[in-house]
This record gives sequence, C-alpha cells and structure tokens, in this order.
Amino acid sequence: MSSLVVFCVLLLSATAYALGRRRALRLVGGETHARQLASRPHYYGVYLAMWCALPALLIFFLWILLEPVLLEQWVLRHLPDSYQGLSSDRLSLVLNDIRNLAQGGIVSGQADSAIQAAAEQYKRLQTLARTALWTAVLTFAGLGVQMGYRKISVSFRARNQVEKVLRVFLILASTIAVLTTVGIIFSVLFEAMRFFRLVPWWEFLLGLKWSPQMAIRADQVGASGAFGMIPVFTGTLLIAAIAMAVAVPLGLLSAVYLSEYAPKKARAIVKPILEILAGIPTVVYGFFAALTVGPSIRRVGESLGLSVASESALAAGLVMGIMIVPFISSLSDDVITAVPNDLRDGSLALGATRSETVKKVVLPAALPGIVGGVLLGMSRAVGETMIVVMAAGLAANLTLNPLSAVTTVTVQIVTLLVGDQEFDSPKTLAAFALGLVLFVVTLILNIIALYVVRKYREQYE
Amino acid sequence: MNKQVTLPSSESVSTSSRTVKMVQAGLAKRYRAEKRFRTLGAAAVLCALAFLAFMFLDILSKGYTAFQRTVVLLDIYVDPDEVHVGNLDRADYQGLVKRSLEKLFPEVEGRQQKRELFSLVSTGAGTVVREKVLEDTSVIGKTLSLWVPASADVDMVVKGHVDRRLPESERRLGDRSLQWLQVLESQGRVAKHWNMAFFTSGDSREPELAGILGATAGSFYTLLVTLALSFPIGVAAAVYLEEFAPKNRWTDILEVNINNLAAVPSIVFGLLGLAVFLSFFGLPRSSPLVGGLVLTLMTLPTIIIAGRASLQAVPPSIRDAALSVGASPMQAVFHHVLPLALPGMLTGTIIGMARALGETAPLLMVGMVAFVVDIPRRFTDPATVLPVQIYLWADSAERAFVERTSAAILVLLAFLIVMNATAVYLRNRFERRW
Repeated sequence: MSSLVVFCVLLLSATAYALGRRRALRLVGGETHARQLASRPHYYGVYLAMWCALPALLIFFLWILLEPVLLEQWVLRHLPDSYQGLSSDRLSLVLNDIRNLAQGGIVSGQADSAIQAAAEQYKRLQTLARTALWTAVLTFAGLGVQMGYRKISVSFRARNQVEKVLRVFLILASTIAVLTTVGIIFSVLFEAMRFFRLVPWWEFLLGLKWSPQMAIRADQVGASGAFGMIPVFTGTLLIAAIAMAVAVPLGLLSAVYLSEYAPKKARAIVKPILEILAGIPTVVYGFFAALTVGPSIRRVGESLGLSVASESALAAGLVMGIMIVPFISSLSDDVITAVPNDLRDGSLALGATRSETVKKVVLPAALPGIVGGVLLGMSRAVGETMIVVMAAGLAANLTLNPLSAVTTVTVQIVTLLVGDQEFDSPKTLAAFALGLVLFVVTLILNIIALYVVRKYREQYE
Repeated sequence: MNKQVTLPSSESVSTSSRTVKMVQAGLAKRYRAEKRFRTLGAAAVLCALAFLAFMFLDILSKGYTAFQRTVVLLDIYVDPDEVHVGNLDRADYQGLVKRSLEKLFPEVEGRQQKRELFSLVSTGAGTVVREKVLEDTSVIGKTLSLWVPASADVDMVVKGHVDRRLPESERRLGDRSLQWLQVLESQGRVAKHWNMAFFTSGDSREPELAGILGATAGSFYTLLVTLALSFPIGVAAAVYLEEFAPKNRWTDILEVNINNLAAVPSIVFGLLGLAVFLSFFGLPRSSPLVGGLVLTLMTLPTIIIAGRASLQAVPPSIRDAALSVGASPMQAVFHHVLPLALPGMLTGTIIGMARALGETAPLLMVGMVAFVVDIPRRFTDPATVLPVQIYLWADSAERAFVERTSAAILVLLAFLIVMNATAVYLRNRFERRW
C-alpha cells in the first residue's frame, strides 16, 4: 500500500511535467517561439514535477517513520490503569500482542478484553491513519503543483531552480558516506559505553579470561561471565599472522614474477584468474577450510604424532592467507609497475642481473607502497569473519600454538549476536565493545596504509 | 711517449682483468640465484593457481551429485476411503505411501521394523502423491505408479557417498534397510533423476527436500534493494565529488573517509545495521529490505571510487566544449561527461554487486540466518540469502547437507562468474582511450 502511494505521486508528477511544459510553451505561443523562454521548455516541466513530488514524498516518508510510534503511544496511553505500571519489557510484549491481534495473528498468551479492545482501537486508528496519509500526500502534491504553476512565466529561469535542487541531491548523496561513518561510530560507541558501565573497561582490555556466558536467571549455576579480551585478541592476531605469513611471500613473489618476468600472454591469462580468487565469497573459503583443509591438517598432524584440534588456527589462517594473496599481489603489482624504467635500466646497465635489480632497486623503491598494501591486507585479515567462524572454533584459548583452536573478535561478535538476544545484558553489549575494538584497530591500519600509499604515489608523478 | 701511453693502460688492463675475474668467478653463483628467484616467482603463481583449481575440484566433486536425487518407484493405491473430494488438501497421503511399502514387503512386522521400512522414502513422498491427485482427481480409486523421493540416507548410499561395506554402527542406514534397498534395486525400483526440487523449493530440515529457491529469491530481493539505492546515490556522490565539490578540508576528509569505509570490516556494517535499522528505526528483522540497506552502505564506497575514476578518465576537452557553447556546468556533466563515464561506472557497480551477492557476515547480524521455508515475496518478508544458506547448511552435521552445500556453492559461483564476466565484457566493449 505504501508503494501504491509512491507510485501515485510519481504518476502525478509525470502529469505535472507535461503540464509545466505545455504552460511554458503556451505562454510564448507554441513550440516555434520556445527561444523566447528563459530556459528550455523541458526545464519548466521538470520544475513543476519537482514541486509536485518533493513535498508529497517528504510528507510521506515522515509519516511512515512516525506513524507506528505515534499510534503505539496513543494505544498504550489508553490502556486501563492496571497496565500503566508495567515495566517497559512487559509493555512491549503487550504491544506485540495488540499488534498481532490487529493483524489477525497469533497471540503469546490469552488476550483479555482490555487487550482485545485496544487491538480493535489500534486497527481503527490504522485505517484512519491510512486515509489521512492519502489525503495529506495528495493535498501536498496538488498544492505544490499550484505553487509551481503560478511561478512559471516567460522570464522565469527554471533551469537554475532545477539545478539548485539537483545540486542539493548530489551533496546529500555524497554526505551519506559521512553519515555511514558517523552511524558506525555512534552505534558502536553507544552500545560499547553501555557495556563499560556494566564491565569496567580495564577489565575488558586487560582481562585474561573470556567466557561471555551469563546467568540469565539468578539461580542459574556455573555462568558468571568474564570479559577479558586478551585471549580473543591474541587469537585474532595469531590467525592474521598465519594468514600474512602465507599471503605476503606468495603475493609479493607472484607480483614480481608477473610484472618482471612473465611473458605478456601468460600475464594476461593469470592476472584475471588471480582476481577470481579475490571475488570468491568468503563462505566458500570457510566451507573449504572447515571441510577439507582442517581435517587434512589434522590427519597429517596426527600421523606426525601431534595433537591437532579439529578446528585449528592453522587451517583458518592458511585459507585466509590464500584469500588475501590476490589483494596483495594486485596492489604490489601496481606499485612495482609504477617504478620508472630508468631505475631498472640503470641497474641492468651496471651489469646486475634481473633478480638483483628487483631485490636491490625495484623493491626498495616500491617498498612504501608494498608496506601499504600489506597493511591493508592485514586489516582484511583482522576483520575477516566467515572463514574463522566456520573453521577456527569458539574456545577462547590464550595460546600461540597454531594447532589449537582459537577464537577471534569477529567470531565472538557473530556468536554473541546471532540468535535470541536482549539488548541490556553484558553478553550482547560485549559484541559492540568488540566491534569498537575491531573498528579502531582496522581504522588505524587503514589510515596508516592509505597515508603511506598516497605519499608514495606522489613521488613519481 | 709510448711508455707513457702503455703504462697506465697496462695497469688498467690488469686491474680490470682482476675485476673481470672476480665478476666471472661470481657469475655462475649469480646466475643460479637469478634462476632460483625466477622459479620461486613462478612457483608462487602456480601455488595460488593450484589452490584455486584444487578448491574448485574439491567442491565440484562433493557437490555435483546433488543435482540428481534418488527416487523409488512405488505402486500407490489412492484409496477412496482415505482421499475424497472433501479433503483433497489434507488427506493422509504419506499413509498411502506407507501402505504401498507394506505391500512390497509383507513380511515386515512390528512397529520398530515398520518405522525403519517407512524411513526408506522421504517425508516429501506424500506431497508428490498429493500433487498428482490435485492435478487430476480421476486417479482416486486407481493405483498409481509414481517415482517418489528416497530419504537422504538412502540417497547417500545409492550415490556411493556412504560405503555399504562399513560396519552397521558407522552408517545411518541399518543392515535391514540395506537389504530392503537391495531388493528394491533388483526390482528396478530405484533410480536417479534430475533433482528439480533443489531449484524449486525452499529450505527444509530434510536434506532430500531442501532447495535453494528461497535463498535465491532472498538474494534477488536484497540485491534489488542494494542496486536501486547504491547505483543512483553512488553516481550522484561521485559526480558531486569529482565535478562540483570545492577543494577544501571538508572534501579532503570526505575522500579519506570514503577510502576508509571501503576497507572497514563487513561485520562492522552489520553492527551498524543492527543498531540503526533494527533497533532504532524498527525495520523488520531478517528482511531483504534491511539486508539491502546494509549492503548498500557497504558497496557505496566501491561504486563511488570506481565512479570517480571513470569520471576522471573523461578528458577536460569534453567539458570545455560543452561549456563553450553555453551549457551550464550541470548540463555539461549530465549531458556530455556522464554518458561517457557511465560504462566505467557500470563495471564498478557490477563488481560491487558481485561482492554484495557473496557477502554473509553483515547479514548474519541483521537476522537473515533465520530458518525460512517459505519463498519470500515481498521486501519485508523474512528471508535468507544464498551465502547465508550455504553457511547454515555447512553447519548441519548430516552428510547429505555437505552435498547440498557444495551444490549451492556451485550455483553461487556460477552467478558470480556470470556477473564478473559481464563486467569484463562491458569494460572491453565500451572502454575508450582518449
């Protein structure tokens, strides 16, 4: 039904476009005299269409946003006195029942007459609100058209007005990126602050034990909850380190080989194939790590007499490393090809072999860019979720042994937040605290990396 | 005179021959080092390629069998006492299936044994009968010969994923069931058919009935939301930043910010979606709408960066030409520059969409992990997406789900390859060098 409203408004504004255009042309006496107009006739149409659509849509979206809240407040306020003293959790349950009843759905408990009445009331209000919405939207569309229609005259600069609106739209679009960042910071920070009110921050940052299971009922045994992030963070770093130990040499060597040695044809084939590696969804890697790599590492380890956890840091790290290879190789490839040929020629002219040139001239020259790429890869490894969720285990062991199961920041966020949750227990809030840590760590890595890459690029340009 | 000339030259010859000797002495070693380095590089490339090939083959070998399913031929008597016009929808069709099995193995006695016998065929067998009856009510009272799906355990044995020679304790299908299966096979009542249900049904707890249509529809709606929002907003933002924004501190910060967002871990976007779209705005959980919004925020930076690059590639002479005949800056951009930059922007968008299609972690956060049997029809229906479906199935312990998971991965990869190939094709087709 809401899409029907939008559709109607769009239809109306299409009519308004035709109306505006015709009006402008009529003012000067037809198509042949269109040059007398200050703007081209098309712009008068667009101008009127904007007057029709923008206010109406604005009202529509505000309405959609506010209507449920207002209606629920109204219904709750008119519940009998016995309901007024309830806690907010209970009240939201009651509200849920009312909503379900109004939709003809199933209720959690038995619905008493007060709730029945409230549901009836709610339903009536909804119908009323719907009619009111239609009236409001259509009125605003009509009023808009009238306003705009009056402004159209021969000397009216419609184009400037249209472009003004367009410009505002462009600016709004580019601020969405900023709003996203602000949204991330606020949503993560607020919830994390609520968490730190329950668990002191030094305990979180320096604690050596992580076991987020909380007692839900007071008489429950064995679950007190400990929120020390050190084991989780160590696990993250361990897996990231294994991944980087795979990805850096492989990525760098492939980049050097592809840019310095490989024949053009081989490069043209191999490069896109490597890019396929980058485009494979991480669940696929996770599945592969959990079902093929993990068990085979375990088998090999056991034949050597080592004890290997069925979900080991090594399996997750190895596969994650392969995932990051194309990332590092394509970034290094860019910086290596950006090294000017003069440097290579100079070195070769002195009698150095190609590998000596690469090792002593090209790589040092490209080093800042490569470091930047490695840091970006590191930030990916730290933030990677699905591979570790599927292949690294849940046990928060404080260990550096790659054959044991470890857990990571991202795994904990997923396990804490997937499933039933209430938003005031330290258990779920802890996920946001971990999210904050993750965001800050990757932010620092990214900023350094972007700075280094950018600075380096300027050198040869 | 002669002496003066030869002396230094003979000296230089002797020193240079010493250098030459030194160089030559080390030459073999250096050439070896050179060769080693080169081989190492080639090995690295081969290593990455081998991994890719191994992963593909592994998943392919695990998954290709899911495109077929084992079916059993049963003679089902559609009993008019059981099925009549009044209860066509609700009749006990599974009971009919059970009776036909009993007729095949009259010697089976006792509850326990009978239960084992009935578990040879899937609980979805009744549905097949029901559809047949609903299609044509004249079959009531007659005996139908129908291929019905076997249970997942039978399926695994027939496909050879579970070895029949294993001791009974190590397989899910007991010795008795295995014997019955052999009898059925010897009568030619067991076959493998193309598994259409895999593509036409939603998720199910029974592996032999589980399909990917629900997840595919969810992915489709989610991507539709993502595309509808991220493409216009991304293009608009790129146009503003590249063509109209003043160069000052603010736009500098904006640029750094966008580059940063492109590298923020995806799960953090999930946290944002959970806190803002679900908790604050109260949008419906598990819906493609919320999933699409989260993915929009994630793909926007990619599209903006690609968009700016392709706007930059349009030479200034185009703008100058438009401006010099009296176009406004806005007209110059929208009528002349943007159409030329659009193919590049499209490529960036397709790549962004491909990434969004494969994204899982943020969608877990906004509740798209729910077990959804129905196929979503609206943007606010509970839904799941392909990668999340893969994650859910990968979590199931049953052997039969490994096969489904691999098959779902193959489908997902097929979509991704098509999308990326389109991007490459567009790039080659419309790329212009100025």
